[in-house]
Amino acid sequence: MQYSEEVYDSSQRPHPFIEEFLSLLKYRELVYQFTARTITARYKRSVIGVAWTILNPLATMIVLTLVFSQIFRFKVEYYPVYVLSGLMAWNFFSHTTSSAMGEMIWSGGLLNRIYVPKSVFAVSAIGTGLVNLGLSFIPLLLITIVLGVKITPALLVIPFSVLLLSIFALGVGLLLATAAVFFADMIPVYEVLLTIWFYATPIIYPVDILPKQLLWLFALNPMLYLVQIFRDPLYLGVVPSWQVWAIAAGFSLAAFLVGGLVFTSKSNEYAYRI
Amino acid sequence: MSTLTASESTALQQSTLRAEPVIRFENVAVLYRVPRERVSGIKEYTVRWLQRRLKYEEFWALRDISFDVARGEIFGVIGRNGAGKSTMLKVMARVLHPTKGRIVMRGKVAPLLELGAGFHPELTGRENIYLNSSLLGFSRKQVDRLFQSILDFAEIGDFIDSPLRTFSTGMVARLGFSVATCIRPDVLLVDEVLSVGDSSFQEKCLQRMNSYQQQGTTIVIVSHSMETIKSFCSRALLIDRGQTVALGDVNEVVQHYTG
Repeated sequence: MQYSEEVYDSSQRPHPFIEEFLSLLKYRELVYQFTARTITARYKRSVIGVAWTILNPLATMIVLTLVFSQIFRFKVEYYPVYVLSGLMAWNFFSHTTSSAMGEMIWSGGLLNRIYVPKSVFAVSAIGTGLVNLGLSFIPLLLITIVLGVKITPALLVIPFSVLLLSIFALGVGLLLATAAVFFADMIPVYEVLLTIWFYATPIIYPVDILPKQLLWLFALNPMLYLVQIFRDPLYLGVVPSWQVWAIAAGFSLAAFLVGGLVFTSKSNEYAYRI
Repeated sequence: MSTLTASESTALQQSTLRAEPVIRFENVAVLYRVPRERVSGIKEYTVRWLQRRLKYEEFWALRDISFDVARGEIFGVIGRNGAGKSTMLKVMARVLHPTKGRIVMRGKVAPLLELGAGFHPELTGRENIYLNSSLLGFSRKQVDRLFQSILDFAEIGDFIDSPLRTFSTGMVARLGFSVATCIRPDVLLVDEVLSVGDSSFQEKCLQRMNSYQQQGTTIVIVSHSMETIKSFCSRALLIDRGQTVALGDVNEVVQHYTG
């Protein structure tokens, strides 16, 4: 068996963004392998395995429900479903962006020696996130049914919500991965930012407790819309208005383009900087 | 070209292909741009940027390197530590792109990775074979087909379904070599290795490399050991501080280095 003849000519490279995209298509098996590796390696070491992915959001939800219904006493109907669906979208975003950055840095030794499309780490972080997100639908649907929240056909738009969330997370993840190559403290800094970002997004509290005069500030947060397009169909059983979709899509595409272009324009420096 | 029939033009293409070098460097230069002082944090970076104190060290890792390597040749690259040998391998492996000049590589380039690079300790030997070969750009179908031959060559037998952390160093090395060379590449990049496992396995590796070379694989060996270079290569390049010192017949180049 022989390879097909391929020619690499450094003077005839396409635009780095396109080159990266084509290369990623060619290395799709690697994306699958990285995703599978992360998932199997994680569950092999933990005793309760897959169950953990399901128990973790459940435990968080129970704690938050107790805290918010007993201490803060604001009224959100079916709060467990509200908080769990919001957490699912948020956790997907925070985990995929952090690991897009982390995997890239930890795999530095490999990137130094062998050619792989460097965005493969970010893309497979999204893949891993999607698997975990899929699993966390099990506890969500369970609670939805137990509490008697109505399940409506609005549910059918969830794949589009997840798509926009993924595009947004990929863009942010690529931007972070680039930054992390240049700044050693990017990983801890991002953890702090994530915590602030989490509390600035209506996930554990309802939108209407936000102060009226500060609403414009909160409206600048992309995650506000990305959480909404995910949560509304599950929690309220309605499809958000087209304006909300348009803003969410706008933020996703902008993040994707900025992240993708910055990442690919700097990719030549990764090999000696990591 | 339009007057040629399809078969004639393929024949023409093939003959030019054969005549053309597999590796061509034309005035290749690589520039590394690194901060002069280690500025690691974002805060420090911003402060320095505001004060315009951010200084970069520009460092040419390679300058004006030109050479051709023909099909089936074994080519050596010699130099002291820091001479630019690993940068040379990186640009050949497409890990880095040249800042100036042009590189043309024809066909599939396979780097021989260091011991266990690209393996995951928690995964089994089987899972690692799939992981590692996808790193080299193989499709799943290709690996399915080659799986048995990879296994046979690596001689790891029943361990195939145990986690990699239970393997001995020799076994990991054998598996790595077996995966990297399971398909004959057009260019094989070898970095200081050839210390794979025990001597009988080394013999087997050399045999495989020899047979590939006879079938047309070009091999590039990077080393600071004169013995290695002299015993394998026909031609060599000596570099120092990123520049060509000598290029040509291996004995002359080695002479230049030692003399």
